[in-house]
Amino acid sequence: MNVQVTDWPDRLFATLKRAGIRQVGYVPDAGHSRLIERCRADAGIRDIVLTTEEEGVALAAGAWLGGERAALLMQSSGLGNCVNMFSLARSCRFPLLMLITMRGEWEEFNPWQVPMGSIVDPVLKLCEAEVYRVSKPEEVEGAAERAVQHVFGDERIGAVILSQQLIGKKVWIK
Amino acid sequence: MSERLERRAAMATLLAERGDDLLVVPGLGSTTYDLAAAGDDDRNFYLWGAMGGAAMIGLGLALAQPHKRVAVITGDGEMLMGLGSLATIGMQKPGNLAIIVFDNGVYGETGMQPSHTQSGVDLVGVARRCGFATCLEVTDEAGLRDLAGRLKTMRETLFARVPIEANEPPRVLPERDGVVLKQRFRAALGVKA
Repeated sequence: MNVQVTDWPDRLFATLKRAGIRQVGYVPDAGHSRLIERCRADAGIRDIVLTTEEEGVALAAGAWLGGERAALLMQSSGLGNCVNMFSLARSCRFPLLMLITMRGEWEEFNPWQVPMGSIVDPVLKLCEAEVYRVSKPEEVEGAAERAVQHVFGDERIGAVILSQQLIGKKVWIK
Repeated sequence: MSERLERRAAMATLLAERGDDLLVVPGLGSTTYDLAAAGDDDRNFYLWGAMGGAAMIGLGLALAQPHKRVAVITGDGEMLMGLGSLATIGMQKPGNLAIIVFDNGVYGETGMQPSHTQSGVDLVGVARRCGFATCLEVTDEAGLRDLAGRLKTMRETLFARVPIEANEPPRVLPERDGVVLKQRFRAALGVKA
């Protein structure tokens, strides 16, 4: 399949729709701007802008209690804000699907992004999350599908990590 | 300081005729014990952690269950940790969500250290400025009964502050297994997802 370099947010959106996601929580993020736009424009998805990412962990738990599926979009810096709130998902086995855009790893101009960006994978592992890391556009959809299956099929935490190499500069200067 | 209500009696009054359509999420600590003391129910989702998350659990639940009504009943300390969630809820404005804060002005679970509300932080004012349609100070029994009635009929996002005594009634400890609490809640709603 020939996937255009900038198509991957649309592929992610299609995956969220196929998965029956009804609530999408996010803290605005340049790397996710296209996906956020698609969610905001969709009548079947409630888009919920958060003041901090940990709100989204609690939101997703509430959604599942009420029988709906949620997804949480964030950039890597936001992961650190979530760590204690993950105890909600871990203690109750709430499904938690996170799509995380990376900062601080490739062509990063802001050194303050590096401390959190550099510990994303070990933090997720310590929090018992399954990690699906992608750096090529054609890998995005398959990874997201696997994450959806794991998260909602088994009521677990899963994170699709969208590398900075994937996001590149195209999205940021559009 | 004006008269303050007794927390267990306040919870009992609010939930006296709750019916099957009211879903309740307390905060960790005292409000979870208060809710358990008022009577266990599969439609209670007790919290033993996740401080600062009660209101957002309520939001996700209220959006997912528009035909039920959701009451988050938490303490001032728990609300203060998730103060930003009032801004988030203020944007969404679900008509079936009530956030009720039992405000005793102290962190009761940790030794009664003063909280920010004791120094004048105005939670009702914050909620109003965040866009909550109905914002109430509930200071007496009649006010509690009025609030209990609103929980049955509300159509706008509601915030209420209930000043309560800084006492520590004997703990009533509900189920602690999160998976059990989740499953029984979902089973009571009959949801599959």
